[in-house]
Amino acid sequence: MSAETLKNTPLHELHVELGAKMVPFAGYDMPVSYPSGILAEHRQCRESAALFDVSHMGQVRLAGDGAAKALESLVPMDVVDLAPGKQRYALFTSEHGGILDDLMITRRGAEFGGDLLLVVNAACKDADTRHLVTHIGHRCVVQPLPQRALLALQGPKAVAALARLAPGVAALTFMSGARFDIAGADCFVTRSGYTGEDGFEISVDDDRAAGLARQLLAQPEVKPAGLGARDTLRLEAGLCLYGHDIDDKTTPVEAGLTWAIQKVRRPGGARAGHYPGAAVIESQLAGAPGYKRVGLLGLEKLPVREGAKLSDAKGHAVGRVTSGTLGPTVGKPIAMAYLASNHAAAGSEVYADVRGKPQPMRVVALPFSPHRYHRG
Amino acid sequence: MTTMFTPDHEWINIEDHEAAVVGITLHAQDALGDVVFVDLPEVGRTYKKGEVVGVVESVKAAADVYMPVEGEVVEVNEALRADPSLANKDPMGEGWFFKVHVTHMEQFDELMDPPAYDKLLTTL
Repeated sequence: MSAETLKNTPLHELHVELGAKMVPFAGYDMPVSYPSGILAEHRQCRESAALFDVSHMGQVRLAGDGAAKALESLVPMDVVDLAPGKQRYALFTSEHGGILDDLMITRRGAEFGGDLLLVVNAACKDADTRHLVTHIGHRCVVQPLPQRALLALQGPKAVAALARLAPGVAALTFMSGARFDIAGADCFVTRSGYTGEDGFEISVDDDRAAGLARQLLAQPEVKPAGLGARDTLRLEAGLCLYGHDIDDKTTPVEAGLTWAIQKVRRPGGARAGHYPGAAVIESQLAGAPGYKRVGLLGLEKLPVREGAKLSDAKGHAVGRVTSGTLGPTVGKPIAMAYLASNHAAAGSEVYADVRGKPQPMRVVALPFSPHRYHRG
Repeated sequence: MTTMFTPDHEWINIEDHEAAVVGITLHAQDALGDVVFVDLPEVGRTYKKGEVVGVVESVKAAADVYMPVEGEVVEVNEALRADPSLANKDPMGEGWFFKVHVTHMEQFDELMDPPAYDKLLTTL
């Protein structure tokens, strides 16, 4: 894609001013890193606070009395019982039980009429909107919010930095959200993120986004971080990247995301099934899928990347790596992979092929770096 | 000219005629970002010009290191193996990769001199 056709977020000018290395990502010209580099930005987020521009992600509002019930026809999650101010991880499933996208759903409070705010992946947002309009557009209002920017402030000191501008945010707990005035901007803030750290995602009108970002960067705890650090942070946190660790060929059960399917939507539950691919997913819930997503820790030094083939000690193919890097906090090669179920138990050893050199890796429980969410 | 460059963004310095020193350029380390691992060639082995002799891995990506000229590798930088970030901090100095005994001087002369390499960088 040529530079001319790339879209810019409202923070583009700020990224360039900060000396960011810009790369095309999901149709946007985005900062992969700033002059400090990915490792320093990663460390900044683990130790203090990092500000990410994630305005390329899609925000969609669903409104109307039937919105939650309608959305349940597209995701195997409990949306109806989601309390006002609470947020939940969700998956759009396909007729074959694959994952069309992963998303966050927040039920907003009475001042928003109890609407649902969805945050979806940048690369999927147009398809997701069409999917919503096609299937539930007659049951609720489906309103994309392209004029809203999204900033993620992540790290153990994110709360100190943000509370200086909006003291009320300190009262939020993990996976909850509310409306706040931050430095004069009308924001919807959730206490969540994609790094494994405590932190916030801030939805704000695009014309106020750069001003807000500058205010946040002026706080002593905060430095900017790019998509490169966002990727290493989320991988250490064991969080899936859509299009890599999960896609329309992987089911929520194979992906190890069954925790995201609430009891009420499972067989025997009050609102079981009635979402795309329910038959496939329910049969996998009852039995065992052939493949499972696992975490792999490298026993040697060579980083193992996406696409590396995995074999057992005898050289039989047993799976493939879907994300991999050298974990900056972990200090060792880390990866997510799909492995044949009989090799997927923690402690199993497999070999990743890196340029013809077999690299021993051990199946470990995710996350690689412990989550440090503020659960209140 | 004692330092020459390849289109693959390696430098080779032949100031010491016993062996030339090879590394990656300032541009190469900048494009890669934080280097976290290097795979170095075998000491005592002779490689052809253009052959893959090593790998440099950053947080984001892996890149091959090619032999700029034919020759025998006589030493590798163990300090770089222990601390791959030297390739970022001092790519033209402490972050060198290996030393090679050059057997075909004409291959060295065919490489890019600094103005030619600078010109290449302006086209990227």
